[in-house]
Amino acid sequence: MSKDDQILQEFTSKEYEHGWTVDLENDSAPPGLNEDIVRFISKKKEEPEWLLEWRLEAFRKWQDMEEPKWPNVSYPQINYQDIIYYSAPKQSAKPNSLDEVDPELRKTFEKLGISLEEQKRLTGVAVDAVIDSVSVATTFKEKLNELGIIFSSFSEAVKEHPELVRKYIGSVVPANDNYFAALNSAVFSDGSFCYIPKGVRCPMELSTYFRINAANTGQFERTLIVADEGSYVSYLEGCTAPMRDENQLHAAVVEIYAAKDAEVKYSTVQNWYPGDKDGKGGIYNFVTKRGICSGDNSKISWTQVETGSAITWKYPSCILKGDNSIGEFYSVAVTNNMQQADTGTKMIHIGKNTRSRIVSKGVSAGKSQNSYRGLVTVMKQAENARNFSQCDSLLMGDKCGAHTFPYIEVKNSSGLVEHEATTSKIGEDQIFYCNQRGIDTENAVALIVNGYAKEVLNQLPMEFAVEAQKLLALTLEGSVG
Amino acid sequence: MLKIENLEASIEGKKILKGINLEVKKGEVHAIMGPNGSGKSTLASVLAGREEYEVENGSVEYLGDDLLELSPEDRARAGVFLAFQYPVEIPGVSSTNFLKTAINEVRQYRGQEPLDAVSFLTHLKDKMKLVDIDQSLLSRPLNEGFSGGEKKRNEIFQMAVLEPRLSILDETDSGLDIDALKVVSNGVNQLKSSENATIVVTHYQRLLEYIVPDYVHVLYNGQIVKSGDKSLALELEEKGYDWIKGGSEVTA
Amino acid sequence: MDISTDMHSLKQEADIYLEKHGLPDRKDEEYKYTPLSKLIEKEFDSVVETVDSLASGKIEKIIPGWKANRLVFINGQYRDDLSVIVDESGLVIERLDNSDQISQKEIEQYLGQLAEPTSDPFVALNTSAMTSGTVSKVEKGSVIEHPVHLMFISDSSQGKAKSQYRNLFIVGENAQVNFVESFHTIGDEISLSNSVTEIVVSKNSVTNYYKLQIENDGEVHVGTSSIKQLDTCVFNAATITLGGKMIRNNLNITMESERCEANLNGLYLVTGKSHVDNHTAVDHKYPNCNSNELYKGVLDENATGVFNGKIYVRPQAQQTNAFQSNKNILLSDSATINTKPQLEIWADDVKCSHGCTTGQLDDEQIFYLRSRGISKEKARALVLYAFAMEVIDNIKIEGLREYLDERIAERLG
Repeated sequence: MSKDDQILQEFTSKEYEHGWTVDLENDSAPPGLNEDIVRFISKKKEEPEWLLEWRLEAFRKWQDMEEPKWPNVSYPQINYQDIIYYSAPKQSAKPNSLDEVDPELRKTFEKLGISLEEQKRLTGVAVDAVIDSVSVATTFKEKLNELGIIFSSFSEAVKEHPELVRKYIGSVVPANDNYFAALNSAVFSDGSFCYIPKGVRCPMELSTYFRINAANTGQFERTLIVADEGSYVSYLEGCTAPMRDENQLHAAVVEIYAAKDAEVKYSTVQNWYPGDKDGKGGIYNFVTKRGICSGDNSKISWTQVETGSAITWKYPSCILKGDNSIGEFYSVAVTNNMQQADTGTKMIHIGKNTRSRIVSKGVSAGKSQNSYRGLVTVMKQAENARNFSQCDSLLMGDKCGAHTFPYIEVKNSSGLVEHEATTSKIGEDQIFYCNQRGIDTENAVALIVNGYAKEVLNQLPMEFAVEAQKLLALTLEGSVG
Repeated sequence: MLKIENLEASIEGKKILKGINLEVKKGEVHAIMGPNGSGKSTLASVLAGREEYEVENGSVEYLGDDLLELSPEDRARAGVFLAFQYPVEIPGVSSTNFLKTAINEVRQYRGQEPLDAVSFLTHLKDKMKLVDIDQSLLSRPLNEGFSGGEKKRNEIFQMAVLEPRLSILDETDSGLDIDALKVVSNGVNQLKSSENATIVVTHYQRLLEYIVPDYVHVLYNGQIVKSGDKSLALELEEKGYDWIKGGSEVTA
Repeated sequence: MDISTDMHSLKQEADIYLEKHGLPDRKDEEYKYTPLSKLIEKEFDSVVETVDSLASGKIEKIIPGWKANRLVFINGQYRDDLSVIVDESGLVIERLDNSDQISQKEIEQYLGQLAEPTSDPFVALNTSAMTSGTVSKVEKGSVIEHPVHLMFISDSSQGKAKSQYRNLFIVGENAQVNFVESFHTIGDEISLSNSVTEIVVSKNSVTNYYKLQIENDGEVHVGTSSIKQLDTCVFNAATITLGGKMIRNNLNITMESERCEANLNGLYLVTGKSHVDNHTAVDHKYPNCNSNELYKGVLDENATGVFNGKIYVRPQAQQTNAFQSNKNILLSDSATINTKPQLEIWADDVKCSHGCTTGQLDDEQIFYLRSRGISKEKARALVLYAFAMEVIDNIKIEGLREYLDERIAERLG
């Protein structure tokens, strides 16, 4: 065995850090999916009739749809009747303040390193934590209220701002958009809702932390962000899940609406449990994220650091409808062991002078498969559209794969679309250079990978960037010689 | 400090070093000269622990330890510094970040506390003056887009920051104009002390006008064929390497 | 050629595949942007394979002037009167349905093996028929002076025409040859041609393969060229499309040894309602191979261009260098380009990159030329001509280069 292989193997035995379960009493639905379950969920959430109808309509459409087969991933057939579609941690009454939150639950967050107290005090990040499917506590609410910003759990928003939810839900990702979006629309149990009023610049980062806890549950959260004219918000999303032998399904939907002159920055650090080194267990992360730059001069920017999940299937997209609107997608996707990722973006240029930029950095190690799949469309009416895409792949070891599937469709002659892709490996001479300066191989790899991904990491808010850097180093420890 | 005995090394089955003997004591400057392909850079690489080279015979003692037993990073942490002939580019990694990681690894190895941000930056500033390096170079990705001169200067700057015991300069003069050469040499001279030692590997005598060696060794065909003081370098410059080639064939 | 059992089972395999899959529609990822089946079903279902050509007077005019070993086919029929062989030694060219010098065994070793009937519905369709075409062989060590030129003409002056061609080309060790396939049309009706070409390239050989489409706007063409590089050798290809109603070219290269080199060039310069689709695939299976690809397109009026380039680098194919570039110019707001350069890499020590650009003519360049007194139209033509020539300049046959040069200059005005 060569030294490279040895290091590679040592690394593959690395354990998942967030892999523990907490004993929370769950209030769950029986496994399986039918109209009754949809009604059960809706009733649990005390939803209005129109939302139940919307869910049922989505469910009916879902039944006629087929699971997509085109992604470059393979997994055993999912039995949708084995999944528990609703699981809420039991609580005696609704907490009025953080102090009333279940101590077990609080401990969970502390283990995750996102103690709500601390978050509240030190970082000024407003957190909405979603465990399994239900939103647990939202910090900083009062402060946001003063500015007219609504940041709450989805179910709360349905109760308190039904007109806003009704207006925008499904407006960016229609209920029948795709198989997993339809499934989510039928059974979503909670998520976050955010509304930034006209001209308001949200003074703090808004954040949601998602965690799947109970066994056999699927998590189907839904996030809706509406940025009214001239507003600005930066939104963070973090994800973790405990280690389990079986695969768990996560099918989320994120919708962003940006009105005239509005700007939304959406950052994700995804660290769902990836399964063990033989590919056992792990989260199936099938997510639909889409934003519409509806008004002129609006901007939506997606940044994602994807290190977790057994399978990732997500394409955060921008519909650039308003003139002069801007879409951005910055991504680092790291796969190791048996992980599979098929991720990228879609930039749909409709308005005049629209701009988009795609920077995708893939890192494959172990026996993993990492695919970039992206679509850039310049519609006939999209005068002077500009796109630049850069897709780089870094391979570590010779048992993994890196794949690039860019689709470019241009129907307007004034459009300028450029795409560049490269594939490389970490050079032995780069590692030796670091060694010679006293840096060991593991740290050298972390340093080089962080350098490689810098353009993307720079897009993240400070607190997140540090976490993301650590995560990259952790995911890739020892993966190269 | 360093004692090399009968060192033989090969790459891809081809023998390059054929029995090197060399002793370097604290405070000394040794120059190793020789024509292209004589094994100069191989010697530097073997001392730094480049894995492509296989040591077939001999020993290298460094500060009482067996140097060949140490991993490349442990050699560096123990104070062996190689100024590369061709410093590699590492995209996206800034010089500052790189050096901070390196210096704290070295300190940890020596049982010292890591430097905090302020003392680290003060330390950097001090050393920057030595090689007249521009602040902006530090925030740029390591060696990426650096000119040849900038790369070499950056190597000496790193040497200053990491404060090694034994520095090996591998053809640091190649591709440098006279002004850059002066700056680099000046840096090396200022770092010289009674506690550390320097090995200068070079093809030309020119560098030795600025970094004055205590000893000059001529490497040819994998062996040190001649040793002497600095006058040997001048003699070599005058007579050319053919002089050595001819001579060694006679003695062989 | 007699139908042997091997051949029979190949055809059977094709029939079964066709029955099961039919022709591809938009849902088929490989034909997403080029929905041929509807068009073919609508236009050609009732057309008989062979329509006699009467247009002999017009044919002489389209035969190019450069000297070649030339075989001419019209609507699927071989025309001995128009064909000529100039190189007698080291080269054997025979008709697929009438071969005696090249053994049945040798043919069966390759035919249907490079382009497997189940790899693509149109290959299956072609395999199922397999009546018209050629088998050629370049002997070991032979350098063939003049190109081998296969001319395929669709004559629709008597009504819709439909034809299928199958060609096998075996290049021996250490041999060198230029191989040209050109497709032409006569008549104003719509026509269909479906061709499959298999090229076997042996050790130390150099093969240049050029496929030309000099067609009017009535031709629907589907063609697959499958190349196997058996051992260390060089294969160069250029695919030039200057017209056609709906054109689909598949070019598949498999490298079966270390140190193979392949250079792929393409130019599509079309206008009107032409639709041109180039799909290429280079499969790097062994270490130390190089591939280089440059496809350029100029699309005017309502024309549509499609480019899909796949590069596969298999796990053991270390030290692969694979580069791909696709550049497009859209001259009209009704023109469309869909491009999908695709890399699939399973080896780590490789240098692979692809790039693609889509844009318009560089205004700065045009302005510069105009400021030197050149008219706007002339300036545009000059810049486009230079854009196209990057591909044409790589063609190794002087006569062919001049022939294309003239046609492109004429097209650009």
